[in-house]
Amino acid sequence: MNLQPEDWTALWITLKLAAVTTLILIIFGTPLAWWLSQTRFRGKFLVEAIVALPLVLPPTVLGFYLLVAMGPEGPVGRFFQAIGGQPPVFSFAGLVIGSVIYSLPFVVQPLQDAFSAIGTRPLEAAATLRASPWDRFWSVAVPLARPGFVTAAVLGFAHTLGEFGVVLMIGGNIPGETQVVSIAIYDHVESLAYTQAHWVAGTLLVISFLLLVAVYAGNGKFRVWKS
Amino acid sequence: MSIKAHIRVDHGAFQLDAALDLPSQGVTALFGPSGSGKTTLLRALAGLDRHPNSQVTVQDCVWQNKTEWLAPHERPIGLVFQEPSLFEHLTVQENLNYGRQRIPEEARKVPLEQSIDLLAIGPLLNRYPHQLSLGEQQRAALARALAVCPDWLMMDEPLAALDAARKREILPYLETLCRETDLPILYVSHSREEIARLADHLVLLDDGRVTAAGPIAELFSQMDLALTHAPDSAALVTTTVAGHDKIFDLTLLDFAGGQFQVAHHALPVGAEVRLQVQASDVSLTLDRPKQTSILNIFPGQVTELTDAGPSHTLVKLTVAGTATSLLARITRKSADQLGLEPGHSIYAQVKSAALLR
Repeated sequence: MNLQPEDWTALWITLKLAAVTTLILIIFGTPLAWWLSQTRFRGKFLVEAIVALPLVLPPTVLGFYLLVAMGPEGPVGRFFQAIGGQPPVFSFAGLVIGSVIYSLPFVVQPLQDAFSAIGTRPLEAAATLRASPWDRFWSVAVPLARPGFVTAAVLGFAHTLGEFGVVLMIGGNIPGETQVVSIAIYDHVESLAYTQAHWVAGTLLVISFLLLVAVYAGNGKFRVWKS
Repeated sequence: MSIKAHIRVDHGAFQLDAALDLPSQGVTALFGPSGSGKTTLLRALAGLDRHPNSQVTVQDCVWQNKTEWLAPHERPIGLVFQEPSLFEHLTVQENLNYGRQRIPEEARKVPLEQSIDLLAIGPLLNRYPHQLSLGEQQRAALARALAVCPDWLMMDEPLAALDAARKREILPYLETLCRETDLPILYVSHSREEIARLADHLVLLDDGRVTAAGPIAELFSQMDLALTHAPDSAALVTTTVAGHDKIFDLTLLDFAGGQFQVAHHALPVGAEVRLQVQASDVSLTLDRPKQTSILNIFPGQVTELTDAGPSHTLVKLTVAGTATSLLARITRKSADQLGLEPGHSIYAQVKSAALLR
């Protein structure tokens, strides 16, 4: 294999970052998406606009603000110091925080769409069948929104995988700590190590493709009842 | 166990203010044109919508008042929507189990098989909703509502989303259900035909107000109601099967005022049958007709007369010795020539009567 150890490390950090970010986003994005799909709150559009911000902001802008916020003088950095830790800039934790914010719309929007598409009727039917609101959410909303969860997870994962600007701003390209694949490729290209860049890029391509194939093949099994 | 409710809705353009006292037996229909507030009322009773300043009390149990609120999943009801609304991710069996599993074991008074048999959905249990026709889905939805052994069954125009053929497919199941269960049923409909078949009591709604309420036979012949003035207005008569005339292939149906003879129906003697007598199928004579093709002739008294359009008069009469009313739609000229006045004795000739159930 022509991948160097630091490339393997970068690959591992990338996959770990994407997995942790996706997990966190599903956990926190689901209630947010559910609330957005159900609420009649008039200021809902404001929340939606904030969620969508990372879609339009250049990653460097987002990265810059995050760098400031997570630095020793920023509110997030101070909070981390107050609970006895280090400011999260230039660390894996910082990458996770940045990625979660950067990929938020890619998880929340498909989930919100999926929840909205269910409509009120199945939930009302469940209510007349003795299911409490909490029960209805788990037994009706989540299973019916299943394709939305798959889309959200795939998009969240893929988007984090391809992240560059934000990571560079707040991660600082520390090999073995915060260097992700996209930056490793950039470094190889910078130093004209095209063969190396090819190997890393190709590996990422294959992994991404296999991942998507597995997810869509698995999801297809359950599409029978959606047709 | 009757439901007493006062629902008030103020949505600007739509105003509803309805006091209800719904009997705990039989089928009570909330009947009125679209937009009259029937569905709004049903949803309020089911707890799906919460309207302030409304009250719902069932027996001694408060479902809603100023301070208290029983959430829909805490109300002992079963609800059937206009669309089947089955859970798409569950099989029919799992749909039935959904509510069933959520009631305590001791509350499962009626076996699940009973609803499955009643609605003939046994062969469908392992299928998913999208593999069923709309009619089959609606039958499954009915069984699902019954599976929670509710104290009240509520149906919101359960046939309205179906085409005529599917309606004919489901209606017999509904009739069996309404007849065989002792569950009080609330039935929302704008179809006169459906309620004539199914309902025992009526609550008439118009523009957010209750215009009349009472037993269906009374309301169907109450002259001050728009219901009675529809071109297809008809009286309802409850009869029992007295026997069958094998020679002429007729079925004999007794009621307090005499006997109807109608074309043969395979019904057991003693069965209770509801007849619908169209006002346009009743003609009136002053003397008992001797030689006529009409079989069903009943003496009675004119109780009310009212204009029904420019050239017709609607006559309400009471069959002698009974409280049964019939309606006759005759020309204004005939009414004039017969000199009809309330109190006059008269013979009603019933040309045909439709067996409803």
